Amino acid sequence: MTAPILEVRNLYKYFPIRQSLTDLLRRKPADYVKAVDGVSFTLERGEVLAVVGESGCGKTTIARTLIGLEEQTDGEILFHNETVGAHERRARAGLVPLESGGVGTREQQVLPRMSMKRLRQQAQMIFQDPYESLNPRATILEIVAEPLVVHGLARNRDERLARVKTALEEAGLRPAEDYFLRYPHELSGGQRQRVVIASAMVLQPELLIADEPVSMLDVSIRAEILNLLRDLRQKRGVSIVFITHDLSTVAYFADRIAVMYLGRIVETGPAREVLANPQHPYTRALISVIPVPNPRQRRERVILQGETPNPIDLPSGCRFHPRCPIATAECGKNDPPWHAISPTHQAACLRIEQGTS
Amino acid sequence: MNENWALFKRNLSDFWKTFRKNRLGLLGAFLVVTSILVATFAPWLTPYSPSDIIRDEGGHGLTFASPAVHAPLGTDDAGHDVWTQLVFGARISLMVGFMAGFIAMFVGSLFGILAGYFGGAVDNLLMRITDILLVIPDLPLMLILVATIRQMDLKISPLTVLIAVIGLLYWTSTARLIRSQVLTIKERQFVARARAIGAGHGHIIRKHILPQIMPLIVANTVLILSTAILVESGLAFLGLGDPTQPSWGTMLNFAFDRSAVTNGAWWFYLPPGLAIVWVTLGCVLLGNVLEEMLNPRLTAHHLEGDQNMVPRAPSSSEETRGMIAVPGKGAE
Repeated sequence: MTAPILEVRNLYKYFPIRQSLTDLLRRKPADYVKAVDGVSFTLERGEVLAVVGESGCGKTTIARTLIGLEEQTDGEILFHNETVGAHERRARAGLVPLESGGVGTREQQVLPRMSMKRLRQQAQMIFQDPYESLNPRATILEIVAEPLVVHGLARNRDERLARVKTALEEAGLRPAEDYFLRYPHELSGGQRQRVVIASAMVLQPELLIADEPVSMLDVSIRAEILNLLRDLRQKRGVSIVFITHDLSTVAYFADRIAVMYLGRIVETGPAREVLANPQHPYTRALISVIPVPNPRQRRERVILQGETPNPIDLPSGCRFHPRCPIATAECGKNDPPWHAISPTHQAACLRIEQGTS
Repeated sequence: MNENWALFKRNLSDFWKTFRKNRLGLLGAFLVVTSILVATFAPWLTPYSPSDIIRDEGGHGLTFASPAVHAPLGTDDAGHDVWTQLVFGARISLMVGFMAGFIAMFVGSLFGILAGYFGGAVDNLLMRITDILLVIPDLPLMLILVATIRQMDLKISPLTVLIAVIGLLYWTSTARLIRSQVLTIKERQFVARARAIGAGHGHIIRKHILPQIMPLIVANTVLILSTAILVESGLAFLGLGDPTQPSWGTMLNFAFDRSAVTNGAWWFYLPPGLAIVWVTLGCVLLGNVLEEMLNPRLTAHHLEGDQNMVPRAPSSSEETRGMIAVPGKGAE
């Protein structure tokens, strides 16, 4: 097996909450929003990993941290076995989550480092909202050529035009010349997302981080964009971290699934296996509410009660237990360990070991 | 760059299409353009020079001659032709106003962009400087500054002093305006996308922030110009202009000093006053219309515009009224 393209080890991202002056004077410890609370996963070359979870579970924070838009509080992001630049500054700031839930300091491991600039040539991000992620006053040509300009590649004008043209055509905007001088507001949502994808692919990256790339689009266009991503992966061998809240799109094209709940991964495994045989009660609830195009089919739906707990003040033990339909008293006390269902399929739930599931 | 030129022409013609329909904007542009033309072609608009003294047949200087005696605007207390003073004064007034306005705009934009984009300590420092300038009353400060700089005998032309003092004091509102706009723009996703691509601060400011606030800067420049011209007139009226290069404000100062009002010489003080109104009104009208047109929030959506407009059903007003529940009425 080749080395994974991306490896995330114990990633933490805590956002400090601004304290009031009185709290500061009382020396009350700072509170943190624990957006990502100890997440590890790997991504093989050419693989599509879907990170699934409801809003506020930390999916987008993972994406932003991977691409360096946020600095992780602790943990390593290894890209081709090299750590990514942001952690250098973090070591100086010395913020590391402690067992008690607060934040302290720790010595940093020394690992080979990769500069942010090099990472961003090889990893690109696709944002959720194609109406917001394009500069309204730039032409499509400028937008797609921007990564080349920023990285000082293809300085020759003809070469640049040629690369923009290939990228646009690969993204399904043909003939590319028709789009060069248009502005984003002249395009539809689907076309805009194609422009975003073209501009991400113009550097021919090895890793794409797609943050809910289809959730803002009409249902009729979603399949087209997903097909486009799948084609790119087949043609270019690009690996994709696909972040979504919609399990039905996951079944469509992911190889592996990581289900997230409140900043942690609760179940991970091959897409088919997880969908066919979900082990964690949260995964089951998510799968049970995927719409099925057969109105006669009756299924038992698990509708979760209550709301996601506050990520500042997480529940003790298993963080899903206040909403879990099968929780026992023990679930409120102990953090569930990983339980292997098969060599590749794992879930973190106490009730699996007890054989109730 | 061929395609850039084509793009520029397209944008310009789009702009003109909307601008043409705006009467107030056209009026403002007319007022501003005529005054600039008058200032540019001043020597061709009058047979005299500003220092010429008009004399009657007997060789006596004509003082306070009414327009009936000496066309078109009579003479002042020293026998100078008022019309000549007026057209040459346009040069001084507009030059001081424009240069001060551009300095103010430049400083204000720079402060606003840096403070808004970098935030934190930079923002604090720059905005506190702005606040300090904002709370000091402008007029006394300017009077003191201009007077002290003059006293120092630095061999700077009095007009340069005026330009510098006005330009370096009137950027505060611009800085605040630009800063607030930059604050919202830098949080938008296309800026995050540019950062994710690997763009540096310079690139983001030039390619992503500046194009969004450029319309605001343009519209605000025109508005600041009118303020600068007004302030210049005010200072000149108070005697801080350059007597050897009279602006409209200086003319008013002379008229006031030499009791034009008690002599009934309305042709001496009305024309410069009206000229000031002419230019500032033009700038304000033009500036407001530009601001309205170029505001990033009001730019065209892809469904707007004549070609792309979705055709309406012929009897839409009748039908939709029945279909859409009017709030409050539907409940009854």
